Amino acid sequence: MTPWSRPVLSRPEWATALGVFALIGILVPLLHVMLPEGHALRPSTYAVTLVGKILCFATVAVAMDLIWGFAGILSLGHGLFFALGGYAWGMYLMRQIGRDGSYGAELPDFMVFLDWKQLPWYWQGSDQWWWAMLMVLLVPGLLALVFGWFAFRSRIKGVYLSIVTQALTYAAMLLFFRNETGFGGNNGFTDFKRIFGVSITSPGTRAALLAASALCLLLAFLLCRYLVRSKFGRVLEAIRDAEARVMFLGYDPLPYKLSAWVISALLCAIAGALYVPQVGIINPGEMSPANSIEIAVWVAVGGRGTLIGPIVGAFLVNLSKSWFTQAFPQLWLFFLGLLFVIVTLALPRGVVGLVMSWRERRRGAGGQT
Amino acid sequence: MYAWLTADGGDARSLSQRRRHRFAPRGTWLARIVQATLIAAALFMAAAQDARALSSKLVEPLASEDAEARTAALSALVASGDPLVARVIEALGDGRLYFEDGVGLLVEGDKAIVVDSGAAAPMPKGEAIVANNRLRAEVDAALAALKLGDPDPKVRLDAAKALSESAEAPQREALAKALEKSADPALVPYLKVALARIDLADDDADKRIQAIRAFAGSDDPQVKSLLAERRKEETDAKVKQVIDETLAAIEAKMARSEWVGRVLTGISLGSVLLLAALGLAITYGVMGVINMAHGELLMVGAYATYFTQGFFRAYLPQWVDWYVVAAVPAAFLAAAAVGLVIERTVIRFLYGRTLETLLATFGVSLLLSQAARTLFGAQNVELSNPSWMSGGLEISSTLVLPWNRIVIVIFAVSVLAVVALLLVRTNLGLYVRAVTQNRRMASCIGVPTGRTDAMAFGLGSGIAGLGGVALSQFSNVGPDMGQSYIVDSFMVVVLGGVGQLAGTVIASFGLGVVSKFLEGWTGAVIAKILVLVFIIIFIQRRPQGLFALKGRQADA
Repeated sequence: MTPWSRPVLSRPEWATALGVFALIGILVPLLHVMLPEGHALRPSTYAVTLVGKILCFATVAVAMDLIWGFAGILSLGHGLFFALGGYAWGMYLMRQIGRDGSYGAELPDFMVFLDWKQLPWYWQGSDQWWWAMLMVLLVPGLLALVFGWFAFRSRIKGVYLSIVTQALTYAAMLLFFRNETGFGGNNGFTDFKRIFGVSITSPGTRAALLAASALCLLLAFLLCRYLVRSKFGRVLEAIRDAEARVMFLGYDPLPYKLSAWVISALLCAIAGALYVPQVGIINPGEMSPANSIEIAVWVAVGGRGTLIGPIVGAFLVNLSKSWFTQAFPQLWLFFLGLLFVIVTLALPRGVVGLVMSWRERRRGAGGQT
Repeated sequence: MYAWLTADGGDARSLSQRRRHRFAPRGTWLARIVQATLIAAALFMAAAQDARALSSKLVEPLASEDAEARTAALSALVASGDPLVARVIEALGDGRLYFEDGVGLLVEGDKAIVVDSGAAAPMPKGEAIVANNRLRAEVDAALAALKLGDPDPKVRLDAAKALSESAEAPQREALAKALEKSADPALVPYLKVALARIDLADDDADKRIQAIRAFAGSDDPQVKSLLAERRKEETDAKVKQVIDETLAAIEAKMARSEWVGRVLTGISLGSVLLLAALGLAITYGVMGVINMAHGELLMVGAYATYFTQGFFRAYLPQWVDWYVVAAVPAAFLAAAAVGLVIERTVIRFLYGRTLETLLATFGVSLLLSQAARTLFGAQNVELSNPSWMSGGLEISSTLVLPWNRIVIVIFAVSVLAVVALLLVRTNLGLYVRAVTQNRRMASCIGVPTGRTDAMAFGLGSGIAGLGGVALSQFSNVGPDMGQSYIVDSFMVVVLGGVGQLAGTVIASFGLGVVSKFLEGWTGAVIAKILVLVFIIIFIQRRPQGLFALKGRQADA
């Protein structure tokens, strides 16, 4: 991929982008809390949830861009890390329900339903928020580390790696669908009541979660930007473009790929943990292979290898998804399918790439006259 | 006179069932009824004259004190051949049969029925006819015999099943006769168990041993549990020992037939995987692209089968049993056409960009499955197995191979043979192999790579269509069916490696058999997870699959 002659955004454009971002991340939650219900300027609960959800997706897209756009690894299993983070935090939210479930028992409802008498061992400690947070990072991180180490060590790449990651998330989905696995089977976790002891549906909580998601996206973006601009990022891009040559030059690609992979998985897990309290449900459907592929299309639509593009892509695709599924539910999959085809055929560098080349052409034309 | 006993079943659904009816245990019944009628005739001349239908006259002696008369009356009842007779005898056993004012009354719930006409009557006021133990035993035997001779095979089977769980001594004779004469093979194992149940409770230890020994060659799980039950109650040491020996023999035989059964079902699953993955292996081998829409090409084939069935039902109803045969070329052409369109409109422009191809074909798969949902509805469509594919080949009492599975194995093997011939004997096959091995070199020596790609993609898609025909015969056909096979077929390709059919064949049959064995130990879901994990680990060891092409491979 040839780099553009100039940075993606100029300084004033950066300022505008940050301004828009602050508007979303600070003003929307503030308005939601401060203004009374029914006020014309107050963002509705639906809007706040939608924006919060898309901010989480955008974080996932940035994480995906780090490995796909910069390391050339197309993961079709990133939904798994997202879902695992969500499940780990969901366990804490389930414990926060306490005795307010429909059975009024100490155990989560689905365990009562299965006639379990006590919590399985892996649920120990999940009532502590710090433990749950640790698990949000530890479980997906370790899985990514182990899987990545084996995969990259034997130099699995290209479509093979994509297929294997898809198999991984598919296997996990089958596992989580079982009731005996102890994560609520088909229904997963839902009916959350509280988070950190406060009501999970109150405007204040929603606003705080939205702000946290925005902050998370900003930090993820800055981290990835720092990484790809460092020497680490240069090597990563070199591995993407010619792995064999990088090896001949004396670099071992394994640690580079592996750390990018694990960081990407961790970002997904954090996004998942922020996503679950906002939408109020997590179930094995999040691990379906189709969901993971959709992440790739957010990145492709926005433009991979740009970091800002995937954020744009996540917003574009998900906003049109929520519009389509309300206005023309039967057309959404047609649209998504066409999007996959058109973006790969006609927009290999996504929306950002389109804007950039349009600009370069204009600049070139201007320079000649 | 006994027309109802021998009449064909009400629904003549298929030839094979009708044939079974014709050889139904009519003989048993004739013999027994003639016998019973003789006795009845001797004692009850009046009744015998009127034996055509059930009458209150037959019920009267049941109310008498004379044991002989009661027994004879029961036989006469059985002999009367009235459809109501089973209900009357059942009522007698349960104390719901009355004889009042010269009329036999049968009480069912809060309704009374006149036995002569089946008409409703006021509830009787007096006492029901009391069946003592002896009569009750006879009632049980008579009921068993009646039900085992019912014209409806389902009633017969249910009766035999019930008897195998609860048979008692008085029913022995009826059972033995039914077993001897019964032409209904489905009943035989149950009848045997029922007989053994009676004999095992015999007071004579030798008789018990004889009954146990009779099961030495059995592999019937019912027999096993029956013997194990008896083992707990048995006091005689010698009998115990015989039970242990027989149990061991039965278990060994069961284990063997279970093993054979698993291998065979594994092979049939393997042939499904083969059909699903063969086309994918060709396209992946030639072009190095993963076609995520491959599952939807299976779906196209399955829908083509569905429409062929519809066509046959509408225009060629006499040939409808053979619609599957006609569906084979139809599905091939339909799927190949769709595949060619995909290749010419999408994949052609993405050569060398394998990851993008993966995404684009995923988009195509969304389009295709949503198109199917919009055009044909989100529900699964209904496809019927042709009659020549229903039923199965019985290898032993516990091991029945369904014909549709056998047909699919044969079909998969013939598709494989045709593809192999195509690859080895035709120009297209030569080109395909050349491009698979080294695209640029093939191009240099004049292989038209573009056309080969298109043809190979059409061929692979057509084979997917054939897989769709096979799948349509025993799994759901609907817009979502493609998704459920795509991961499996990828796994076959990944495991087998590309460029050689042998890898695909071994991988699909191996996966089929292994997952069936795992299913036996761990259940289906865990087995599937284990297989996926196994493949993920296997790929670490051999990233190029089982049969990688040898040769120098530059970094792609």
